[in-house]
Amino acid sequence: MATMSPTRVERQISLPFNQAFKIALRNITIRLGRAMITGAGTMLGIAFLMSVFASKLVLQAKGVQLEPAQIQKSNWLVAMSLLVCFVGITNSMLMSVTERYKEIGTFKCLGALDKFIINLFLIESALLGFFGSLVGAIIGLLFVWLTNLSVTGTLDWVSALLNLLACVAVGTFLSVAAAIPPAMRAAKMQAVDAMRTEV
Amino acid sequence: MTSATSTDSNSALPAMGLDATPDEAYNASENIVRVRGVKRTYYIGENPVHALRGIDLDIKRGEFMAIMGPSGSGKSTLFNMVGGLDKPTSGTVFIDEVDIAQLDPGELAWLRCRKIGYIFQTFNLIPVMTALENVTLPMIFAGASLEEQMEKGRRLLELVGLGHRLHNKPGQLSGGQQQRVAIARALANDPAIILADEPTGNLDQKVGEEIIMMLKRLNKESGVTVITATHDDKMYKRSDRVAIVIDGEIQAVIPPDLLGDNTVDGFLQQMKDDKEAAEAAAITATNETIVASS
Repeated sequence: MATMSPTRVERQISLPFNQAFKIALRNITIRLGRAMITGAGTMLGIAFLMSVFASKLVLQAKGVQLEPAQIQKSNWLVAMSLLVCFVGITNSMLMSVTERYKEIGTFKCLGALDKFIINLFLIESALLGFFGSLVGAIIGLLFVWLTNLSVTGTLDWVSALLNLLACVAVGTFLSVAAAIPPAMRAAKMQAVDAMRTEV
Repeated sequence: MTSATSTDSNSALPAMGLDATPDEAYNASENIVRVRGVKRTYYIGENPVHALRGIDLDIKRGEFMAIMGPSGSGKSTLFNMVGGLDKPTSGTVFIDEVDIAQLDPGELAWLRCRKIGYIFQTFNLIPVMTALENVTLPMIFAGASLEEQMEKGRRLLELVGLGHRLHNKPGQLSGGQQQRVAIARALANDPAIILADEPTGNLDQKVGEEIIMMLKRLNKESGVTVITATHDDKMYKRSDRVAIVIDGEIQAVIPPDLLGDNTVDGFLQQMKDDKEAAEAAAITATNETIVASS
């Protein structure tokens, strides 16, 4: 017995954030076309959200008071656009998970934990969401501003900027939230099943 | 009091089993994989499928072992079990003296990362990463420093003769080259076992032979245990022992010489025929006994 040294099973498996970030960024750039489409969904939704906010600011700058019914209607539109955005991202992420079953299986065989897979997908969608909504918010603001150049002087630019930041935050948050179900699904797969799947 | 004592001694039994006899201890240190009474049942809908029906198998440290069997024989299930990718329904699988059924997901991941190197039929390289990045990926999981990763990644790729293709993506490499990257990746964390699932299945004869020679060389030089599931005639002839799996049971574990010039398929067919003949003979014998007794 003395000569035997039983294997000590440890659990020092790690994927540092910067490495995960690098891999996620690579996944986006390599599938740029797909990423653009996913990003475009977020972009359009957020552009719409931003334009609603900006329109309100423009009306304020013009001194127009909104009626409650109008406010309600615009709120409803915003909610719908965000919902569409959310569903769109979930769908794209699900597809990108399905596409990568084999890769996920390989990752797991090499010793990746479930949480690495989740992290990778969440970082990826956070990046897509951030850039998509940044571009979307800028487009929304520009659109409203260019169609109402007369208010340039009186527009509350500080509020506009705050709204823009809020839109980016909302877009990023929505993207990450929408990616959680597909990421969980990817992570829960057994390595063997994942690799056996033919897509 | 008596019943309490007997319960105590019962619960102590498995622990005593680990100490066991000197003979057992010797076997334990010598065998890197021990499979004991493993059964695996899947359910397709309501119907149970008995993929493995009670397997016992020892694989020695530093051995080159081939697992052979027709498709649907349970060969892949056994293979996955040995690789810690699947857990038995009953029975135990010890990998390097660790019962894999007892491990939580984190420990299982550690085992896959540090103890086992996988090679697949379809190479399974990450398409968006270069050869070097593919090789260093398991090292990232294992927490190696960047210099270590680069230095070792280079060295491993040179070892498999791809020192000049470090920064090529898998798509830019031939099948044989991709499989060599996969071999380098399997060696990344100095595993105790290399599991190769039909490693030559997607390669032509000549390239397949090269891959087999490379695995054989690694096995000889670094003493890593190589376990392959294979259909390849060239592969089993290079292995130390061949385990033949038919219908979820190990039919035989034999040195490859016993197969002679027979091909894998020919041999399997022969084994199957023999088995069926034996069964038929048994039935005939039983019938005769019944007839005789009546």
